[in-house]
Amino acid sequence: MRSAGEGMPLLRAVACAAALLFTSALAVAGESDPQDFTQIKNGQYLAILSDCGSCHTVPGQRRFAGGRPIETPFGNIVAPNITPDRETGVGAWTDDEFDAAVRKGVRRDGALLYPAMPYNAYAKMTREEVVAIRAYLNTVEPVRHAVVANTLPFPFDIRTAMRVWDALYFTEGVYKPDPAKSAEWNRGAYLVSGPAHCGACHTPKTLLGGDKTAQYLQGSKIQGWFAPDITGDKARGIGNWSIAEIAAYLKAGHNQVSAATGPMGEAVSLSTSRMKDGDLNAIAVYLKSVPGRQDTARPLPADDPVMTAGAAIYRDACSACHMLDGRGISELFPSLAASSNVRSDDPATLTRVVLRGARSVATAAEPTSPGMPSYAWQLDDAQVAAVVTYIRNAWGSAAPAVSAQDVARERSQLASRPD
Amino acid sequence: MARRLPKKDVVIIGLGWTGSIMANELTDEGLDVIAIERGPWRDAPTDFPTNYMQDELRYRIRHELFLRPDQLTFTFRNKIDQIALPIRNWGAFMPPNGVGGGGVHWNAETWRFLPSDFVVRTHLTERYGASFLPDDMTIQDWGVTYADMEPYYDQFEYLCGTSGTAGNLNGQIQDGGNPFEGPRSRPYPTPGQAQPFGPTLFAKAARELGYKPFPQPSGNLSKPYVNPLGLRLGQCTYCGFCEWFGCGNYSKASPQTTVLPILIRKSNFSLRDNSEVIKINTDASGTRATGVTFVDTSLQEWEQPADLVILSAYSMFNVQLLLHSKISQPYDPVAGTGVVGRNFTHQTISSVNGFFDNKKFNFNPFIASGSIGMCIDEFNGDNFDHGPHGFVGGAYMGQVQTGARPIETTLVPPGTPKWGAQWKKAVRDNYLSTVKPGTGVHGSFYSYRDVYLDLDPTYTDRFSRPLMRMTIDLHDNEIKQNRFMTDKFAEIIKAMGANVVDKQYRTAPYDITTYQTTHLNGGVVMGADPKTSVVNRYLQNWDVPNLFVLGASAFPQNAGYNPTGTVGALAFWAAGAIRSQYLKNPAPLVHA
Repeated sequence: MRSAGEGMPLLRAVACAAALLFTSALAVAGESDPQDFTQIKNGQYLAILSDCGSCHTVPGQRRFAGGRPIETPFGNIVAPNITPDRETGVGAWTDDEFDAAVRKGVRRDGALLYPAMPYNAYAKMTREEVVAIRAYLNTVEPVRHAVVANTLPFPFDIRTAMRVWDALYFTEGVYKPDPAKSAEWNRGAYLVSGPAHCGACHTPKTLLGGDKTAQYLQGSKIQGWFAPDITGDKARGIGNWSIAEIAAYLKAGHNQVSAATGPMGEAVSLSTSRMKDGDLNAIAVYLKSVPGRQDTARPLPADDPVMTAGAAIYRDACSACHMLDGRGISELFPSLAASSNVRSDDPATLTRVVLRGARSVATAAEPTSPGMPSYAWQLDDAQVAAVVTYIRNAWGSAAPAVSAQDVARERSQLASRPD
Repeated sequence: MARRLPKKDVVIIGLGWTGSIMANELTDEGLDVIAIERGPWRDAPTDFPTNYMQDELRYRIRHELFLRPDQLTFTFRNKIDQIALPIRNWGAFMPPNGVGGGGVHWNAETWRFLPSDFVVRTHLTERYGASFLPDDMTIQDWGVTYADMEPYYDQFEYLCGTSGTAGNLNGQIQDGGNPFEGPRSRPYPTPGQAQPFGPTLFAKAARELGYKPFPQPSGNLSKPYVNPLGLRLGQCTYCGFCEWFGCGNYSKASPQTTVLPILIRKSNFSLRDNSEVIKINTDASGTRATGVTFVDTSLQEWEQPADLVILSAYSMFNVQLLLHSKISQPYDPVAGTGVVGRNFTHQTISSVNGFFDNKKFNFNPFIASGSIGMCIDEFNGDNFDHGPHGFVGGAYMGQVQTGARPIETTLVPPGTPKWGAQWKKAVRDNYLSTVKPGTGVHGSFYSYRDVYLDLDPTYTDRFSRPLMRMTIDLHDNEIKQNRFMTDKFAEIIKAMGANVVDKQYRTAPYDITTYQTTHLNGGVVMGADPKTSVVNRYLQNWDVPNLFVLGASAFPQNAGYNPTGTVGALAFWAAGAIRSQYLKNPAPLVHA
C-alpha cells in the first residue's frame, strides 16, 4: 500500500500549474488552492453570504463580470470584473492583493477603493474566509470585460480623499465574539456586521457617506427607497416579528407581515434565500437584540381631516387586497397594520410603492411574486399624502404625517429613476 | 423563406389554460418546451391592475383582451345553402388572444360534466330507444368515462382552488351540494362562496319548489389558497368584474395565478409571444409532424422543429390550423365523410329577468363575481325523464350575480320606452331590484350533421389563406329544450316574488351578433372510432401520432355546463397519458 505522501509531488505539481494559470500564486497553506474542494465550497457559500453577485453582475448578464453601476449620493461607481480573467478581472492578483481589496479597501495598484465596496463590513471576515472566496471565484468562467469603475464627478473622483474617509469611518479587525452571548447570537452578529453587510443599506449615513454608528441598523434612504429600521424596535423595527418570521422573510421573501421588493428583493433572491436555515435564525436572534430608538411617535387623531380623507381613499383603492383591517393576506398581500416599514420616519418606501407600484420577489419557497399597481396616475399628491398618512396612523399605530409637498418631491425624484 | 430554429422536444401552440398545463407537465418531465402564442404576454399585476381593470367600456364594449377581427376572423351562415359573410365585430362569442387565453377573462364557473354526458348516445338510446333521437343528430360517446376523468377533474380543481360544496363524495350524497354530480374523490379545495341576497332568495324559492339548490362551483375563491405548485391566491372581493376582465386581485384562478409564475422560471421552457402559428408541418408521409411554421410581427416566417406538437389554441383555431395544415380529412356534410370540422357546437343560453318591488327588494347587485350564485341541476343532462317532453339534453339554471356594470345593466320591464325620460326612470327604479341572472339557463347544444366548420370559398385572411366558415343554426331539439328550461326557471323567479317575469327564450335562427358564451366546441372531436373522431381518447391525432389537440374542440357535443372544468381535466388527462405512455413509446396510444 502506498502512503499518501508518495502521490504528493505529482499533485503539488498539478496544483502549481493550475495555480499559475489562474493566480500565479503558490498553493501553500493559507492560500487559495484550486485542488481544495472544501475551500472552494466554503468560498461559494461566503460569496452568497457576502452577496458579491449582486453588485458585480449586471442582471441577466455573465456572473461576476462587473459593469453594474452602484448608485451613491456622490455619483455612480461601476463594480469591477471579479472573474478570473487575467487582464480585465482579478485572475492575475495575488491572494494578498485580493484580501487587501476586500478587507482593507486597497486596490492592487495601491489606490483606495470607494466604500460602495463594503470593505468596512468585510473586514470582519478572516483572511482565510476571503481567500476561500477567492478560491471559489477562480473556478467561475473567466470573462473578458474591461470596466471603468470610477465615474464619479470631481472632486469625488480623487481616490486619495478616501484616506480621510477611512480615518473617519473605517476600522480594521476581524469579528470578535462576545463571550457573554450565545454562539448563535455571535454567529448572527458576525453575519449582519460582516459578510452580509446589512448596515450598508440599513444604517443611516453621514454627509460623507459614513455609518452613523449610534443609529446602527435604524434605517436609511438608499436608491430611492427607505431601507427600514431592522433593530428590535417594536414600533419602527422588527421587534414584533418572531425569530421564525424573520427567518421566513429572509428565506422566502415573504412572511405574514411583509414582502421583499426593490433592492431587498434582490438581496433575498441572490443571497438570503440561499443561506442556511441556521444562519437565518442566527441573523434573526441577533437583529432582535439590537436596541432601536426609544422615542415614540404620537398618532394623528382619527377625526383629523387628512385621516378622514385617507380612510376613504384606503377603502376605495387599497382594501381589496390589504383588507379593511389592514392585515392583508399572509405571504400574499402585506399587512399594513403590522408592518413597521410603513411607519418609518422617512416615508420614501411607502410613498414610492403607492406611486410606482411594486412586485415582491419570487423564491422557491414563495414563487407567486404578487404585484401592486401604480397609483401615480390616479391619485394626486394630496390624495397620496392622505392615504399614506392614514396607513401610518391607522390600526393603533403612529407616525408623522406626510405632506403633499413630500409626495411631490418623491414623485419628481421617481420620474428620473429608471428602476 | 422561413428561418429554421434549433429543434425542441415539444412545441406548444397557444399558451392558454391547456397549453400552460401541458407545458408545466412536460417541463416537469425534463423536456425542452417552447410555446408559441399569437397574442401578447400578459401578467396579473401589470396587465390586470385592480385600479383600472374595472372599465366596462374598455374591456367589455371595446374588447380589449380579445382577438381583433383585423388579425383573424371567421365567416358565418346559418344554413348550408346560404353564402357566409365575415364577422367584422365579435358578437355571440369572444375569441381569446394572448397569454392565458380564455383563462384570463372567464367567469371561473368550474363544473364537471355528468357521468351520463360522457356516454350520451349509449345512455339515451338505452333509456329512450334510438328513434327518440332526431335523425340528423350526430351525438356520440366520448371514448372516456366520468370515472376515467375524475382524478383529472380533481387535479384541475386543486390547481385552481375551486370553491364549492360537494354533492357526492365517493357515492355518498351530501347536503347542500349538487346531488346529481358524479362521485368526487374529495371535497372542493375551498368552501362554497358566501351568497348575497338574490341567490339566497333564489335558493329558498327553489327549495320550496322541491329542488336542491347548491352554490355554483367557482374559481373566484371563497378564501385564500395555496395550490400544489406553491402559488397563492387571495379571496374574492366580489368586485363584479370577472367575465371580459382579468383579475389583478389574485382571487380568480387563471394560468397567470395558478401555473405561469412556476412555468416561466423553468430553464427548459421558453415562449415566443406575438407570433402566430400558420401551419403544422408534416413529413412526406403525412404521418409525422416535424414542427410548426410561425410568423412574427415583422412578418418574418420561422420554422420551429419539434418531436412533439401540442395544439392548444382556442377550439376554433384548433380546427382551422388542422384544415390549413391538411391534417386528417376535412368534414363534408353532404357526402357524410371526413372528420375535421364535424360536430361543431355552442351552448343554448337563455335568461329570465325578474322585476321586483323596489320598496321591498334591494339585491345590491354590485356584490358580484363571475360565479357567485345558487344553481339547481334537476333539469340537466338526463337527470329527469325526457320521455314526455320530446327533446334531449338539459341545462343547469341559477341566479348567478355577475355584476351591475352600468353600460349593460339597464334592464327595464317589457313595455318601457327604449329611450327618454321614462326609460331613464325605469332604469333608476329597477337597477337595484331586478334579478338579472348572469347565468340563467345554461343549456346543452347537441351536434348535428349540418352544423360544422370548413374553409370559406371566398374570403381570405392576411396571409391569403381561406377564412374558416361557421355553419350553425339552432335545431328544434334545442329550441324545445330551451323553452322547457326557461319556463322552469321562470317559475322559480316568480316564486322569489317578482312582479314581472320577462322570459328571454333562445330562438332560431342562431344569432351571431348578441353574446351567448365563448363556449364554442367540437370540430376536432375525440372518440373511439377514427371515422367519427379526429383524436383518440387521449387527444392524440389518429393520423399524426406526435400531434395532440387539447381543448373544447374535442367535445363531441356540448353538455349543459360551462366547459372549462372539463377542458382542464382533459388537459391533465392527456398530459398523464403522454408522460406515462407516449414518451416511453412514441406511437399511437390506441389502435383503431
